[in-house]
Amino acid sequence: MPVVSKVTCPVCGSLCDDIEVVVKNNVITDVKNACAVGAAKFLDYSNRKNVKPLVRKNGKLVEVSLSEAVRKSAKILADAVYPIMYGWSSTSCEAIRVGLELAEEVGAVIDNTTTVCHGPSILSVKDVGIASSTLGQLRHRADLIIYWGCNPWSAHPRHVERYTAFSDGRFQKSTWRAYISRLGGALSKKRLRRAINLILRRDAFATPEVTHEIPYTMFQKKRKMVLIDIRRTHSADAADYFLQVEPNKDYELLQAFRMLVADEELEVDQVAGVPVKTLEEIADVMIGCELGIIFFGQGLTMTEGKLRNIDSAISLVRDLNQRTKFLIMPMRGHFNVTGANVVSTWQTGYPFAVDFSQGFPRYNPGETSVIDILCREETDAGLVIASDPVAHFPKKAAQNLVRKPLIVIDPQTTPTSLMADVVFSPAYVGIEAEGTAYRMDHVPLPLKKIVNPPSPCLSEAEILRRILQEVRRLRSKPN
Amino acid sequence: MPKLKVLLQTVRTIDQGTGKEHGKLSEEYQESVAICQVDPEDMKLIGMREDGNVRITTNFGSVVLRLVKSQAAPHSKIVFIPYGPWASLIMNPETHGTGMPSLKGIPAEIEPALKEKVLSVPDLLKEYYKRE
Ligand code: SF4
Repeated sequence: MPVVSKVTCPVCGSLCDDIEVVVKNNVITDVKNACAVGAAKFLDYSNRKNVKPLVRKNGKLVEVSLSEAVRKSAKILADAVYPIMYGWSSTSCEAIRVGLELAEEVGAVIDNTTTVCHGPSILSVKDVGIASSTLGQLRHRADLIIYWGCNPWSAHPRHVERYTAFSDGRFQKSTWRAYISRLGGALSKKRLRRAINLILRRDAFATPEVTHEIPYTMFQKKRKMVLIDIRRTHSADAADYFLQVEPNKDYELLQAFRMLVADEELEVDQVAGVPVKTLEEIADVMIGCELGIIFFGQGLTMTEGKLRNIDSAISLVRDLNQRTKFLIMPMRGHFNVTGANVVSTWQTGYPFAVDFSQGFPRYNPGETSVIDILCREETDAGLVIASDPVAHFPKKAAQNLVRKPLIVIDPQTTPTSLMADVVFSPAYVGIEAEGTAYRMDHVPLPLKKIVNPPSPCLSEAEILRRILQEVRRLRSKPN
Repeated sequence: MPKLKVLLQTVRTIDQGTGKEHGKLSEEYQESVAICQVDPEDMKLIGMREDGNVRITTNFGSVVLRLVKSQAAPHSKIVFIPYGPWASLIMNPETHGTGMPSLKGIPAEIEPALKEKVLSVPDLLKEYYKRE
């Protein structure tokens, strides 16, 4: 059976490129090396409901020819005064490039999902810069790995195994074995606790108290992992130490670390629910490491403080670089959200929320970002690609999106596509079409075409190209 | 009815990730996303067991979800809901000039809603997003 190797997984920002896919008669029958989410994508992608484009007629979505759907979409966009074009993070750089051209042609606002995940990180990087690297460097050299406000176990399941604590680097060894023995120890402790609870007639399943004691492994000269979050997720089991911070208190905690790294005294007993003594010890571990890295997620970008949290995290890393080597990187979610920023930046100068309504690119998040535009009810048409804003935008924004003519390009049936006026089912990029995507550390990787798409599914780039051509034709016609 | 004031956090879960790949209209998706993870101690406070339905209300809306006992306790008075069409109904759209809505740390109230049903995706769309 033909096995396609070195396939890039088009799901999350880790963009694992070691996947092996078994194909039989144009059907994927098995997937190796992928995590549960990646495997689910490769094995279940083909259950799409429609292959033909749909257009809403008399309130119902009905199948139409590709050219009719293209004509209808072009008309919607050409007639609109202030359309928005949203999504882009789960498609190829090639499609994003055509999308930007189309946005310029129709004077649209083009925004990608960055706006609802790491928008604040980008704003902050503009303010204070960032010291970052590729994941390969970290795999080989990082000995202190901090995940802050993110849950790699759920959102980037192979991140720890491929790039950080569980990967075997040239200079740093995997901590996988230590994790297994710790897991065994934790299980027996759990059993023991339940037995004691039963004897003492306490609630047998009562949850343990949070411990603020730092384990000795944190002070050893080897690779270690720390998780900082508001709850003990599965990722915490893989970490040497889990630090539980009170909700919306990350800024305080970051500033406290900055003071400790600068050898200042904290004149309180605890910060964000953590005793200062514990913080002092962790600050010592930070200063004492050879190469540290902070990966941060939406636990920092979305909570109170938003971009100021990131300012503070980046500043902490800058301070730490006075004493040792330290880096920082956002955990980007969708597989090509980084690509959406990169392509948008090299085409327009701005990474997201780009407004072409005045004929030139303008950028002012908070004003030209889709959620704000939708909440102000300013838009009169929308195009959504490879994204599901009806499921993920706050109700008010989503309601205003579906009230206006809406074009959706998405192989999956989603709440957004059910509400649309025109729906295209493109080929799945990375499975049925090739393309390019950027990993979270800005390394571009090729996406492979493994099987043929069903007819008449075209790639997203091709669909956009046809809409663009039709828009140009419409606009060149004298009224 | 006992009501409890909590802080609401939207999160990502691995089941949601795989459920999403099965399709957003699938049962797997609803099973893994239309849930609210609650600390066992808080479950006692509102007198609820696992799998019962609860109503969560914020300043921006209200939604019924299936209660799930949190595996990540303790996190007293903090509840977790995976991102998805249900969580979106009660989110704060304010972006504070950043473009990003406030999806974490939202004050909310949670109460038992044993007789109410969790809306399916099509019903939810009909109820909240019907076109005029
Ligand atoms: S970690 Fe992400 S990129 Fe890697 S296999 Fe899993 S879903 Fe795919």
